[in-house]
Amino acid sequence: MIKLLTINHFEAAAVILFGIGFMNMLLQDNLIKKFIGLNIMDTAIYLYLVSYGYIEGHMAPIAEAGKAALAEEFINPVPSGLVLTGIVVSVSVTAFSLALIQRLYKKYGTLSFDEVLRKLRSGEANTYDSDS
Amino acid sequence: MDYKSDPNKIGKWERFFKWVNGEDSIDSVWEKEMRSKITGKRKKRRKTIEDTIERINSYSKKIYIILSVFITVVYIGILLYTVYELPEHGNPLNPANNEVSQRYIEHGVEETGALNIVSAMILDYRAFDTFGETVVLFTAVICVAILLRRTDEDKTDLEQDSFKSDRGDILKFAARLVFPIVVLYGIYVIINGHISPGGGFAGGTIIGAGLILYSAAFGDEKIKSILNYKSITVTTVSCLLIYFFSKGYSFFTGGNHIESVIPKGTPGNILSGGLILPLNICVGIVVACTMYGFYSYFTKGDI
Repeated sequence: MIKLLTINHFEAAAVILFGIGFMNMLLQDNLIKKFIGLNIMDTAIYLYLVSYGYIEGHMAPIAEAGKAALAEEFINPVPSGLVLTGIVVSVSVTAFSLALIQRLYKKYGTLSFDEVLRKLRSGEANTYDSDS
Repeated sequence: MDYKSDPNKIGKWERFFKWVNGEDSIDSVWEKEMRSKITGKRKKRRKTIEDTIERINSYSKKIYIILSVFITVVYIGILLYTVYELPEHGNPLNPANNEVSQRYIEHGVEETGALNIVSAMILDYRAFDTFGETVVLFTAVICVAILLRRTDEDKTDLEQDSFKSDRGDILKFAARLVFPIVVLYGIYVIINGHISPGGGFAGGTIIGAGLILYSAAFGDEKIKSILNYKSITVTTVSCLLIYFFSKGYSFFTGGNHIESVIPKGTPGNILSGGLILPLNICVGIVVACTMYGFYSYFTKGDI
C-alpha cells in the first residue's frame, strides 16, 4: 500500500491537503480562517485534477504549427480545463463569503463564529449598519 | 405565576398554525410559557437541567474538537484507500486518457484553428461551459455589490477614509513605471490565448491586478473618470451578450451543418482560431472588471 501511495503521491498529497482544509473549516473559530480552510480544500482539488491528467514524459497541450498533433505527445487536456472551472467558482465563492463576513462584522462587531452565534441567541447586535 | 392562569397560554394547535404562518411572537410566548412551567412547579428539576446544560457546554467544546479530528482522520483514511485503488500516476494507459482527449488533441487544431488545445476545448467545444463560468463571476460581483455597496447616507463617513489621502511618491513612481507593462502583458496573454499558454481568465486577472495597482496608487478620483459603476456594468453586460450571441450563432450553424461565415485562419497566426480570439477578449474584459470590482467594493464600498 505504501508503495502505491508513493507512486500516486500527488493524489495522496491532495487528499491530505483536503483533510487539512476540512479540519481547518471545522475547528477554526475565526470566520476568515474558516474560509482560508475552504481555499486549501479548493487547492487540493486542483492538485488532484492536474495530477490525474498528467502523463509521464508528455508535453503541455500546445500543438506546433504545421505539424500533426498526436495523442502520444501531449498530456490529457480535459482535467486542465476542469481546473479552470474550479478556480473561477472558488474565486466567486470566496468573494461572496468574504462580503458576507464583512456584513456580519459590521453587525456584530466580531469575526468569531461562536461569539456571533451567542449574540444572535441573546438578541444583541451592533446597529452600525444603517440598512440592516 | 401559575401555568394554568397564564393569559399568554395558547393551545397546541393554535401555536402550530401560528408557527406555520411564520408569526414571530410565538417564540416569546412559548418562552414565557416554558418559564412559567419551570418556575411554578419544577424548580428543582430546572436546577438539575441547568447544571447539566452547563456541564454539557463545558464538555461540548472538547467533544467537538475530538469528534472533528476523528471525522477528518476517518475521512482522510477513506480517501487514501481510494487513492490506493486508483490507477498508476502518469501512466498513458489510464482510463482517463481515453478517446475524448485523443479526439481533442488530434482533431483540435484542424477543427478549431487554435494551437492551444485547452483553449480550443474550453472556448470552442465546450464554449457554453465557459460562458457559464463567466456568468458565475458576474453573479459573484453582483452579490458582492448587493452586500457591500454603500448607501448615500453612508457616504459621508467615506470622506474621512484614507482612500482620498495623498500617497507616497515611491508608490506613485513605481505604479507609473509598472502599470503600462502589467496591462500590456495582460493584453498579450489575452490575444495570444489560442496559440500559447494563457487566455481570457489569466490575462483578465493580470489586467485587473494592474487596475487595482493604479487605483491604489493614484486614488479614487482619477480612475473614476474611466471606470465607474455605469461603465463597468455596461462593458461587462455587453461582453457577456457578445459572447452569448456569437457562440450561439456558431453552435447553431455547426449543429445544423450550415456553413459558418467565421474563417478558421492559419493555425499559428494571431488572427486565427475562428471565434476563440474575440471570445477570449470578451472573457478577459469581464474578468478584469470583476477583479477590479471586487477590490473596490471591499475597500471603498463602491466602484
